[in-house]
Amino acid sequence: MSASLTSLQARRLNHEALRRAARRERRGLEALLLPGIALLVCAVLLPIGVMFYLSFIGEDGSFSLENYLRLWTTPVYGEVFKITFRISFFTTIIVAAVGYPLAFVLVHLPGRLQNWALLFVLLPFWTPVLVRTYAWLVLLQDHGLINDGLISLGLISEPFELSHNVTGALIGMVQIMLPFLVLPLFSSMKAIDQNLIAAASNLGATPARAFRDVFFPLSLPGFLAGILMVFVLCLGFYVTPAVLGGGSVIMAAMRIDATVRLYTSWGAASSLGIVLLMITVLLILVATYVGRRAGQGLFR
Amino acid sequence: MKWLFQPASLTQVTHLQRLWLYVITILAMAFLVTPTLVVIPMSFSESQFLEFPPKQLSLRWYENYFMSSQWMQATLISVKVAILSMFAATIIGTAGAYALWIGTVRFRTALWGLFALPLAVPVILLAIGSLFVFARLGLVNTTLGLTLMHTAMALPFVMIVMTSGFASYDMNQEQAARSLGANRVYAFFTVTLPQVKFSVISAMLFSFFASFDEVVVAMYISTGSGATLNRKMFASLRDQVDPTIAAISTCLVTVSILLLLISQLARSRRAV
Repeated sequence: MSASLTSLQARRLNHEALRRAARRERRGLEALLLPGIALLVCAVLLPIGVMFYLSFIGEDGSFSLENYLRLWTTPVYGEVFKITFRISFFTTIIVAAVGYPLAFVLVHLPGRLQNWALLFVLLPFWTPVLVRTYAWLVLLQDHGLINDGLISLGLISEPFELSHNVTGALIGMVQIMLPFLVLPLFSSMKAIDQNLIAAASNLGATPARAFRDVFFPLSLPGFLAGILMVFVLCLGFYVTPAVLGGGSVIMAAMRIDATVRLYTSWGAASSLGIVLLMITVLLILVATYVGRRAGQGLFR
Repeated sequence: MKWLFQPASLTQVTHLQRLWLYVITILAMAFLVTPTLVVIPMSFSESQFLEFPPKQLSLRWYENYFMSSQWMQATLISVKVAILSMFAATIIGTAGAYALWIGTVRFRTALWGLFALPLAVPVILLAIGSLFVFARLGLVNTTLGLTLMHTAMALPFVMIVMTSGFASYDMNQEQAARSLGANRVYAFFTVTLPQVKFSVISAMLFSFFASFDEVVVAMYISTGSGATLNRKMFASLRDQVDPTIAAISTCLVTVSILLLLISQLARSRRAV
């Protein structure tokens, strides 16, 4: 009788000690996260929080919604968001249309050749954005390499307008965004079991059918993740459209820059920035939710 | 040309049928590398105007770059900030990725969101926000201010690289070391770290490059004598096309190729 009591007590003591050890372990791990949390609070959350606060401060220094109302009522801002979305949309479409075949061919190349071909995607990825933007400016200007080349060959007499407009911004943005789609897509295609495609064609599927019903659905999660990433990066893109768009393409980031730099009107700039942030976060949340639902559907 | 009629895949599609894909691929690859490579011959041109190929070779634009104390100072600042951010982001991010990967911490999803947040926030918002805050804290135009921002912005990359590193490593080994008497810190440094070291190298390269590549935040919180190389390049790029930029770009491309080679080596080792 007394022996069973002590074993019960011993078990409780053991249980307590284990709980304490687990808590200590968890606290230790949480301590590892503290430097990161502190840094992100200071360098990311605090600036965003201050901008959020400023976006509700009117010209006279008191709380007001005038900054957001101005965004809503002034057609210029609507135009800016329309252009931002349109350019981001077209960039993403072109990147997806070029990137998918590129990743597809890369993943099917034999080993050595594949390593060499991958360098063509990795080299631009590791080249600073500013260097690539400068190079595009050199290539696309009115007296740039492409126009001068075509004129000296006698193919055209007047230079094409390739820079300082939407065309220039699109060319530059597509080139900069392409690796962001191709690299993750490549690794998700590489993870696809080739036996599944062999099985499909063994069961009588034509190559097109095997691609459509087996390979493509399996590559879709990686493809969509890449597309989302490119679109989100495009929405906030500043450097390349500012240089290659040459003032005729005003995207949201440029408008924010000009509002602070030229008019020092922090309320207007921060409200624009907060709206841009909200759109981005909303997009990511929706995409994650839809992705999770679709993922469940796939394995049901 | 016999290879054209041989099967290209398990579905017995011939290379001929896939020819259009190969054409797209080659065009896309040319499109991708042209801008990186075109700056190199440009930088050796004698002329102040753009000519391709250059009629007369000269090193005057390199001289312009290396002899200018302003450009050199800007380069120094960029390199300093990039190295500091590299170490800070790799250490902080690795600790964070480790803690989140083990998975017993509270608010795990929310914390993941926080660490990935810098990827989602439009950089321009971070730029104006940090200017506003840093101006009041006296951090504008300081190495500390820039390093703080660049470290925070590099964290998501470090987290992604390190998490995939931990995912391909068997954590039970660390448990085994601990059950044999090693404490957690000792077990991490002697058992886990050596096996994820190539991920650590990749994370360092990513965070170095993220800082070195960053323009927009630097544009706001570094000015005048405290400007980074990128900031100075961006300013002179908007005014006119100065061939000195081509010389600087060529130097940067050389560094990029170096980083690429190191990352490829790290990757092939990591895969083994």
